[in-house]
Amino acid sequence: MSMNASIEFDTLPERPEAQRGLVAIAMSGGVDSSAVAALLQQQGHAVVGLTMQLWNHRRLPELQGDGPVQHRCCSLDDVYDAKSVAQHLNFPHYVVNFEEQFEARVVRPFVEQYLAGRTPIACTNCNTDVKFEPLLRMARQIGAERLATGHYARIRRNEESGRWELLRARDDSKDQSYFLWGLSQEQLSRSDFPLGELTKQEVRELARGANLPVAEKPESMELCFVPTGNYVQFIHAYSKERGIPLQNSSGEIVNEAGDVIGRHNGVHGFTIGQRKGLGFAAGKALYVLSIDPEKNRVIVGEDDVLRKTNCELEEVNWVSVEKPPASLRVFAKIRHKHEPAPATIEPLDSNRARVNFDAPQRAITPGQAAVFYDGDRVLGGGWIR
Amino acid sequence: MNRVYLDFNATTPVEPAVLDAMLPYFSADFGNAASIHTTGQRARAAVETAREQVAALIGARPREIVFTSGGTESDNHAIFGIVEAAGGHDKHVVTTTIEHEAVLNVCQALEKRGTKVTYVPVDSHGQIALKELRRVLRPETVLITIMHANNELGTVQPLEEIGRIAKEADIYFHTDAVQSAGKIPIDVTALEVDLLSLSGHKFYAPKGIGALYIRGGTRLRQLLYGGHHQRGFRPGTENVAGIVGLGKAAEIARRSLADDAKRVALLRDELQRGLLERVPQSRVNAAAALRTPNTTNLIFPGVGGEALLIALDLKGLACSTGAACSSGAVEPSHVLTAIGLPPEEARASLRFSLGRHTTPADIDFALSVVPAAVAQLRELSPTYRKEATARS
Repeated sequence: MSMNASIEFDTLPERPEAQRGLVAIAMSGGVDSSAVAALLQQQGHAVVGLTMQLWNHRRLPELQGDGPVQHRCCSLDDVYDAKSVAQHLNFPHYVVNFEEQFEARVVRPFVEQYLAGRTPIACTNCNTDVKFEPLLRMARQIGAERLATGHYARIRRNEESGRWELLRARDDSKDQSYFLWGLSQEQLSRSDFPLGELTKQEVRELARGANLPVAEKPESMELCFVPTGNYVQFIHAYSKERGIPLQNSSGEIVNEAGDVIGRHNGVHGFTIGQRKGLGFAAGKALYVLSIDPEKNRVIVGEDDVLRKTNCELEEVNWVSVEKPPASLRVFAKIRHKHEPAPATIEPLDSNRARVNFDAPQRAITPGQAAVFYDGDRVLGGGWIR
Repeated sequence: MNRVYLDFNATTPVEPAVLDAMLPYFSADFGNAASIHTTGQRARAAVETAREQVAALIGARPREIVFTSGGTESDNHAIFGIVEAAGGHDKHVVTTTIEHEAVLNVCQALEKRGTKVTYVPVDSHGQIALKELRRVLRPETVLITIMHANNELGTVQPLEEIGRIAKEADIYFHTDAVQSAGKIPIDVTALEVDLLSLSGHKFYAPKGIGALYIRGGTRLRQLLYGGHHQRGFRPGTENVAGIVGLGKAAEIARRSLADDAKRVALLRDELQRGLLERVPQSRVNAAAALRTPNTTNLIFPGVGGEALLIALDLKGLACSTGAACSSGAVEPSHVLTAIGLPPEEARASLRFSLGRHTTPADIDFALSVVPAAVAQLRELSPTYRKEATARS
């Protein structure tokens, strides 16, 4: 309780331009975005809550299972949770329908990427193309100057360069900056991440201090639109519903020499570096090296072959710095749970770039993102080809 | 904050005189209308008075009125009741594409059981083509169910002609009159309807009470089974206070309907004209159709109706767009799609529905906030800019 007071005044970044006017909060019904609401209200902001309806869980009934869908993003339970927080704190709250945009910009690309043998990150697309695009626009349209979310990351204005910088969260274990590299300067200038300076523990304390009904709610770990957590099953059901042709699902597993050493049930069930689920026992540990959707093949090999020193990126976005004229020394991260590794970024024509790591990295995976850091700052990122 | 309510098609406040009439039946005269003793008889008398009042509103005989929990139950009772009494799944039902979900979803449930359903389309004014209606009738057609006034557009269907067609073909005719009862005159004899649904909270009675008119001699199966209440036809202890409220509201509506309609239509027209003048490129949906006097539905191109609704609510003006789904999010309107609007225009539409308590000051307020809100939304709308450039 006393902790609560110290959090709100000591640790929040000074953002004088954000202190007035209506702030919209993207509320998922979870503890993080609910704590944002409490925090902003305690700071004296007028707030309005917006909960996105993103996916109709009655679609794809074969994925429903028997019981009710609970504790998943955008399920009815979560909408009610968000509403009850707004009622508890007494501010206006609306459910807004972004099902079409979510399907077009997140779900369909997610499925198509898997079918093309890549391993996509749906959350990044959702941030760049839904939350900080149509939702941010709607927030401004209804009279809010800014959109606040429960992301663990920080935004800072660099007065020298004039750029908005994206920084890692103070709580490294919760840092979500890896998923936010796609944001433009315009998007960053109108966004607030009030939890960036807090630890998860402090956020829980804040929620308890404000008596939020979701203070003890467990975290959701699954993709919000895959209620079962089984994405292979989701890809099958969705492809069937939309009439997307699935490759003749069964195919060959081959080694580097091209010898057939097993069979698989669809390339979308595999990701680079995966060991489990290859469906056969081998003398030495074998891992997925690459996926060839055209030949419907999964290529496997030993761990040392899995390590590579470079990759090419597309749709590169520069965040805290402008696109550099020449190569740049950075720490690059190639998946959410990857320890940033020293590398040189070589900008190529248009918005492509090459990443040359100082040392080989394990399982550089097409469809994932490489995000470049300088200390806490996110310099930029791009999709691994 | 000053709040102005222009969403009377969603629900209305209980009229003070209605509430006064109801209050004794909660505690003082609390009897069960089915009881034999004096306490019960007093409740029974109140229920029967209400039945007369409701019957009078629509030109029916009191014994043709069954009290229900509201419009949805009445629609379910009428449609399932007729189809099941006629022998069920090999039968055929005719309805329209613009019905309320309380009719559409019943029809879909019937289809799952094997009953055939034809959904007659409407034109751009939301009117069904009578020729098309005649064409789709079959020997096994047992029911035509067509709404009187549409909730989103206010359009009124030509029930006399439909009634005549149904009578000539010897087919039962049900109408969902939830949006017309109390707003425009209804005479079940002139309209030739066999079954009619109405709902109390749409005309200043409380929520949770409604009625189904069933013409004498109509064969339909009951929906609920239980005791002998309402001649066994709709078992369940009567909601006496609700029924009294419905009766009182019907009586008030019958007396004030003509004056209300005239006054509200003037205000509605003023709102409509004012918005058309002040908001560039705005249009009225189904403007050429006969509409209920209180409803207008406008397109504001380049604007998301959902965002506009929220922006207006934050400024204190309540109106409506489409239908809300279970989460409360707005879904694309099947009605606006049915009159041929492309999705972006259906999404850019907003409904204003006025009521007995709407004042000229309310209209002034709406005219002061809507144009500014639309302009603000358009400024941030990529589609509107593109449209404007394309046209210039």
